[in-house]
Amino acid sequence: MATNQEEVQLLGVVGSPFVCRVQIALKLKGVEYKFLEENLANKSDLLLKYNPVHKKVPVFVHNEKPIAESLVIVEYIDQTWNNNPILPSDPYQRALARFWSKFIDDKVVGAASKSVFTVDEKEREKNVQETLEGLQFLENEIKEKKFFGGEEIGLADIAGSFVAFWIPIVQEIAGLQLFTSEKFPNLYKWSQEFINHPVVKEVLPPREPLFTFFKARYETLTASK
Amino acid sequence: MAGANVVLLDFWPSSYGMRVKIALAEKGISYDCKQEDFGAKSSLLLEMNPVHKMIPVLIHNAKPICESLNIVQYIDEAWNHKPSLLPSDPYKRSQARFWGDYIDKNVYNSIKRIWTGKGDQEECKKQFIECLKTLKDELGDKPYFGGEEFGYVDVALVPFTSWFYTVETCGKLSIDEECPKLVAWVKRCMQKESVATALPHPHRIYAFALQYKQTHGVE
Repeated sequence: MATNQEEVQLLGVVGSPFVCRVQIALKLKGVEYKFLEENLANKSDLLLKYNPVHKKVPVFVHNEKPIAESLVIVEYIDQTWNNNPILPSDPYQRALARFWSKFIDDKVVGAASKSVFTVDEKEREKNVQETLEGLQFLENEIKEKKFFGGEEIGLADIAGSFVAFWIPIVQEIAGLQLFTSEKFPNLYKWSQEFINHPVVKEVLPPREPLFTFFKARYETLTASK
Repeated sequence: MAGANVVLLDFWPSSYGMRVKIALAEKGISYDCKQEDFGAKSSLLLEMNPVHKMIPVLIHNAKPICESLNIVQYIDEAWNHKPSLLPSDPYKRSQARFWGDYIDKNVYNSIKRIWTGKGDQEECKKQFIECLKTLKDELGDKPYFGGEEFGYVDVALVPFTSWFYTVETCGKLSIDEECPKLVAWVKRCMQKESVATALPHPHRIYAFALQYKQTHGVE
């Protein structure tokens, strides 16, 4: 299917794990798009118009119709462009892929972020425990598989980009040992396969600027204690 | 398909469980319903949902599916005869999923905070009403969130309405006054047998809520 760059737009910011999910999906499908970079401190009228409910990125726009929420967008992309399927065709396997994607969002992303970017010690410790529990479930699920999706990356792998790329960065900044090869050998192996996947590698943002950005945020937070 | 192949682990006041019951009824699927006791979760529940240890869990041919909206999507795909719960058009499907996600993130928590009396009550009530108004705006003049046909978003939201009486009584507010269009939508949904059968009477839910508060020392 031929796509004009103008027909497909993605409102986002460089460095957002949620925006990255959509970019991985688009790259997998070979879809060209226009990236509209947002300034989250000064949100554009377009963003507010396209996502009035949450006012967040990513927002995907196809033929002027907007879609928000990264996993909703990824499923839409999968249904609209049929090459390189992201979800399996079997209903039970699809249910599993969706379950693990939601698990990552509900139980790992928030807890991992709060393990780093929380000042209250008790709150931080609680989130560290939750993150470790979440990672253990993922460790048990990935087992010996190359990807959560099997031989090729699928929805849960794409959702897990936060675990593979962002957790290592933020834990280094905070001096935490959350996600290590010692604690989670199978998941660690998966993360290396994932970040080195030819499509993913091209889409992941450069590590250094991201590290600098999070470090600054961490230092501001801890300095204000 | 034989009823024994489809088992639902449920807890009768759970809005999440009701979603699955409605979906199963819409598709005309017979199933075995097992009630869970939250004080003592069954070994079957712990085996079938080791991650969250929560209901609802649908067990189809011995394979478990967890998370209510995940189950509803599974039901729609595994039994793909009519009526379809999700639209076939990819954009409309994405919008249905978006609103299902919105309901998941906002409705349960705001309802719970009001009937348990936890948190700043004026703030909780304000948030709850805002959430209802956002949903009312999305409904617009359509008979259902799905349009002409009852669908996924209706299934996602309508079970929480069995808790409206409890919220109104505990929170001293009137949903009819705040959102009459939504109340009209509830009445329309309740005319469907799948919904009327799945939703307990609001007074039963209220009695459950009062007992829960007593048992858990919440007041």
